[in-house]
Amino acid sequence: METITEHPEPKYEILPKTSTNGEAAGNLLEVAMGPHHPSTHGVFRMDVVLDGEKVVKLKPVFGYLHRNHEKIAENTTYLGSMPYTDRLDYLCSMTNNWAYALSVEKLAGLQPPERAEYIRVITAELTRLVNHTCLVGFLLQDMGALGTPLMYAFREREWILDLFEALSGSRMMCNYMRFGGCRVDLPAGWIEQAKKAVDSYSGFLDEFEKFLTENEILVARTQGVGVLSSELAINASITGPMLRASGVNYDIRKVDKYGIYERFDFRVPLGDHGDVYDRYMIRLLEMRESVKILNQALRDIPAGPIIDPKAKIRGFRPKAGEAYGRIEGPKGELGFYLISDGSPNPYRYRVRPPSLINLTVLEDMCLGQDVADAVIILGSVDIVLGEVDR
Amino acid sequence: MLGEGIIKGMAETARNFLGSYTDPARLVTVEFPEEKVPAKENARSFPFLIFDGDDAAKGLRCVACQICEKECPPKCIYITKSKDKKPDYVGKSQFYPAVFDIDISVCMSCQICVEVCPFEAIKMDTEFELSNTDRFGGLLFDKQKLAKPNEHYHKIHPTEAAEVDGRLGAEKAKLEAKAKADAEAKVKAAAAAAIPKPAPDSSAPAVVK
Repeated sequence: METITEHPEPKYEILPKTSTNGEAAGNLLEVAMGPHHPSTHGVFRMDVVLDGEKVVKLKPVFGYLHRNHEKIAENTTYLGSMPYTDRLDYLCSMTNNWAYALSVEKLAGLQPPERAEYIRVITAELTRLVNHTCLVGFLLQDMGALGTPLMYAFREREWILDLFEALSGSRMMCNYMRFGGCRVDLPAGWIEQAKKAVDSYSGFLDEFEKFLTENEILVARTQGVGVLSSELAINASITGPMLRASGVNYDIRKVDKYGIYERFDFRVPLGDHGDVYDRYMIRLLEMRESVKILNQALRDIPAGPIIDPKAKIRGFRPKAGEAYGRIEGPKGELGFYLISDGSPNPYRYRVRPPSLINLTVLEDMCLGQDVADAVIILGSVDIVLGEVDR
Repeated sequence: MLGEGIIKGMAETARNFLGSYTDPARLVTVEFPEEKVPAKENARSFPFLIFDGDDAAKGLRCVACQICEKECPPKCIYITKSKDKKPDYVGKSQFYPAVFDIDISVCMSCQICVEVCPFEAIKMDTEFELSNTDRFGGLLFDKQKLAKPNEHYHKIHPTEAAEVDGRLGAEKAKLEAKAKADAEAKVKAAAAAAIPKPAPDSSAPAVVK
């Protein structure tokens, strides 16, 4: 008996390596970089077609880490999906928590008290430091500076992870924010410890810049590589440091003024050329601005309650409606779109992941570049596969 | 000059390398199995069940209300309610869990069971060296393995445990005071048949909040 199976359309045809009469048709070569390639930052595949060393076609293939996050969240309570948001972008659990808490607060009409808002700003900016430090370390590792810069970056990151552990009980999977506030108050002596860590951070940034920013190899590898024009960046709805490296002044902390960001004095660094070097420098400059915000927040933090008295832990049912909460995550605009039908579970739960959307311009940046540059262009996009695949 | 940036960077590396011999602040790692960083007070690994007193079977605070089972995001808790009742920590007759299992290979240490528990019965442990050769049975913790005394809780989370104990103590004192007042009111009501009664409850002890 013949079984009929429908084959899906091939995604794109494999290029003929030989012509019909048996001679070589050209020197195009198709290479699958990943999913087990150390430079792809996780289980991510780039199918590249190469002409010699030049990239003529690139296709990102992802989904290896798909965990059905949105559907799981629709089948669990509002509170129950808070720990899952930690695992989206596992380097920045605090900002993920905040974005989710913000959208649920919009849905349920909760208002976090003053102290909770300050704690949120402090933890989010610390998360930005963690993310950018990691990213810069990994980017330099992709360029061949194996080990040393990454280890220096991780050494600094450890002080902040210690702070997170003292605060929330976990280094990376913090699960700290709650709807209408935060879970626990700052432990005794935390502010002093945080001040110490933040004070030493600008010293580290100076050291790091001395270490690498003028390095001739870094400059040669990054300047003019992977240029993203501001028009394309806007059209492809790129957000975050990538957009600002292309010279577009768009920072949700300034535009949306969520939380209490309008109280702090900070600048938004902008790039000029939109190349990998600009993206690297933007991160370093943003870290300096984060340090500035942290100094102000740690100085001004008031005493008081940390959670809205209307907030409920058990039996939380927001009224029917929909809400979109978005924040300026370290990688870009992180948003959660929720529809409630009045039951304990969200009816629809959608994540707007900055990593995935920033990845859509990967081919445009890589065309015509060397294959070795494709690696650092991907590194400069700053993806975390937990968030890309969800 | 070409190469100046590289030399600067190398000097920075050398400074860090040589500094690690002289400055203890530059040595940031510890030799793990021999030397351990003390756990933070808020640290959490996996849940455990608290019991009061010496007997785990008798003093377990859990009343098998199954809220944690329902709220657990990865659904790693399994509870069977008992058929009979037994007195809890304040002497009230309550159900108890006949079976209470936590599959810690599924648990993601999110602490939501602790937050939703109305009886302060489940708390987070800090024990993390739990590797096992039996990945199914060895990581499925039953009631006996989960039960740990209140002293253990005091040891790992002192501030939090003191606060919880204070709250439970106040609750217990309140209940006892109420029971006492009720008993007195009963005696008075019996006596009230003969003598006209004064304002009720004025003799009850002040309630500790």
